[in-house]
Amino acid sequence: MLTAILAIAALAVLFGLMLGYSAIRFHVEGDPIADQIDSLLPQTQCGQCGHPGCRPYAEAVARGDDDINKCAPGGEATILAMADLLGREPVALDAEEKLPAVAFIDPERCIGCTLCLQNCPVDAIVGAAKQLHGILSKECTGCELCLPPCPVNCISMVPVTEEISGWRWPFPSTPLKETAKSQPERAAA
Amino acid sequence: MTEYALILIGTVLVNNFVLVKFLGLCPFMGVSKKLETATGMGLATTFVMTLSSVITWVVNQYLLEPLGIGYLRTIAFILVIASVVQFTETVMHKTSPVLYQLLGIFLPLITTNCAVLGVALLNQQSQHTLVESALYGFGAAIGFSLVLTLFAAIRERVAVADVPEPFQGSAIALITAGLMSLAFMGFAGLVAN
Repeated sequence: MLTAILAIAALAVLFGLMLGYSAIRFHVEGDPIADQIDSLLPQTQCGQCGHPGCRPYAEAVARGDDDINKCAPGGEATILAMADLLGREPVALDAEEKLPAVAFIDPERCIGCTLCLQNCPVDAIVGAAKQLHGILSKECTGCELCLPPCPVNCISMVPVTEEISGWRWPFPSTPLKETAKSQPERAAA
Repeated sequence: MTEYALILIGTVLVNNFVLVKFLGLCPFMGVSKKLETATGMGLATTFVMTLSSVITWVVNQYLLEPLGIGYLRTIAFILVIASVVQFTETVMHKTSPVLYQLLGIFLPLITTNCAVLGVALLNQQSQHTLVESALYGFGAAIGFSLVLTLFAAIRERVAVADVPEPFQGSAIALITAGLMSLAFMGFAGLVAN
């Protein structure tokens, strides 16, 4: 009994060590630039840049195959962040600058076909077959991917108006990192 | 030498793991929709099956048998197979990214392929030597790849054929597999093994 437990444990430890060693020995470095660009993108996976998602776009930018101004949902903030990261000149957004908007389903015209559900990259549309669909406006990123598949054109984009209940402090314009960096200098001085 | 050749022919054709022993049916049904993926799966399985049949033989011969704990064979072999698959994935990711991309998700899926465990257990049951085990594993994997590729090719044709509605999808695939199994019965008796 004890032998059996010990033998299996020894076998498991042996293979565990082997796997641990191989994980270190054969460690594959990812593309750190692509990772960093990917973390700047809004992750809506909307495909408006012409790539099948945010990650492929980040990889294309890292390879130098694409410009940094293709991300419509990210807007100017993303372009500036990417220009900062890559040391390139910021360029104007390639897509039309749009006001932040969310999709809205006209309840009188929706036939409950579920076609828009399947196209939503962030699962912001709820509904079932032959039931009226609704949009979770908090989740909607305004990527407009649900517009083309709708057979009755019942989805429209409604601009988001800022209200007291939804107002938030804007993000700090200077990155927090720089403040942290300047502190040791002050201490040294 | 003849004996080794007989093991190969026996496992590839006569006692084919999928169509005669009915092992490894899940990947046989699951990844046979496209010829390309079927070939990838066949390649990955061949590698893992050969390697794991050698390692399980060593584990059985030098660990389980001397300690008299042969009844733990199944659990020990599952451990070995899972580790071999994980190890293969790590090494392949580093050494040949192209092959890694090609095999992709199929590598981890091999862990749950019952044909791999079947080979390891049958090796001990029929008291093979190390070389025989390796050949047996290799032959079984070649047989698996062969029928998987054939089946995928047939399914690609069936996909564009005019199949009656009640038979579409999995139904016609199962019938096709059954017919292939019947065809492989023709090899029975070729080798006495």
